[in-house]
Amino acid sequence: MSEYAHPEALVTTDWVANHTTDPNVRIVEVDVDTKAYDDGHVPRAIAWAWNTQLCDTVRRDILSKQQFEALMSASGVGPETTLVIYGDNNNWFAAWALWQAKIYGHRDVRLMNGGRKKWLAEARALATEAPRVQPTNYRAKDADISLRAFLPQVQQASAQRAAALVDVRSPMEYTGEILAPPGLPETCQRGGHVPGARSIPWGKACNDDGTFKSADDLRALYAGEGVDGSKPVIAYCRIGERSSHTWFVLKYLLGLDNVTNYDGSWTEWGNLVGAPVEKGAAAAAKG
Amino acid sequence: MNMNAEEFQERKLELAGWPVNVSSYRLGNEWHAKADNVSPGAALARGTGTTREEAEDKVLKRAEELLGGTRRRAV
Repeated sequence: MSEYAHPEALVTTDWVANHTTDPNVRIVEVDVDTKAYDDGHVPRAIAWAWNTQLCDTVRRDILSKQQFEALMSASGVGPETTLVIYGDNNNWFAAWALWQAKIYGHRDVRLMNGGRKKWLAEARALATEAPRVQPTNYRAKDADISLRAFLPQVQQASAQRAAALVDVRSPMEYTGEILAPPGLPETCQRGGHVPGARSIPWGKACNDDGTFKSADDLRALYAGEGVDGSKPVIAYCRIGERSSHTWFVLKYLLGLDNVTNYDGSWTEWGNLVGAPVEKGAAAAAKG
Repeated sequence: MNMNAEEFQERKLELAGWPVNVSSYRLGNEWHAKADNVSPGAALARGTGTTREEAEDKVLKRAEELLGGTRRRAV
């Protein structure tokens, strides 16, 4: 069995349990369900809310460099701090936070493999009070936009089949049968997918206990849909969070060099006047 | 004060024609439950109760309301 390309990007729940009081480690919970932290969290973990603290709340964008610096400073994070992020739903939004930390050049940021679910299932300690944090004066690097795809790149990739486009939404969102995940508000005008995209739902990368599948299983999963690193890869979903999970898998667990997250995703493409849309199931994968 | 999550359990069922994942655990004397929509796994409802059944009933009721509003389109 082969190893992950960057095993240092993951820590186990055991590792976290042994580092909750380590002053060089900052543990952060980022959940889809932003109230989950209040019910109980890893001792000494702080929380970031994806919908208010991990995006620009005025214009649609990720955090600016200044906003990221302010978040890290308020969180007591220094440039040498080991940042360990975890969350519910198999680290879905934890990966979104990690993606932004990588964009702004934080050196050591990792996911807790299995996330909140594994921590709960293992009956580990939960705290209900937030820890007191000593603020820092964090300075981020300039944004590394090579980790991010914007609309023109996706349009070119789709038109020229110049990159492997990976649609990580559920199969019914991909085909256009539904416009948003079941039970959630519809946020686009048209259903379907970017022409040429392959459907590889993000959750297929995880085991039932929330941990990531083995490197061999992941390689087989993506290679089976023609995603093998021979072309640049662009992952997208509805708003860019699910695809940051897949971005993490492809870049850090499989070690693909050129992987970007299109955070505009379907809420951009599916609302765009004149954008080509493919509906229904995909054609057979091509290498 | 730290406590431990006890008796974590997860199961899948169907509500309003959609697969739903329900998880629950006990923290002290209180039961916590959450329902998500399996794919992608977005939280639909969460709640607490004095028993697992009470907590789960609350979230399943709310999840069913939300899922009932999901429209399927012909493709």
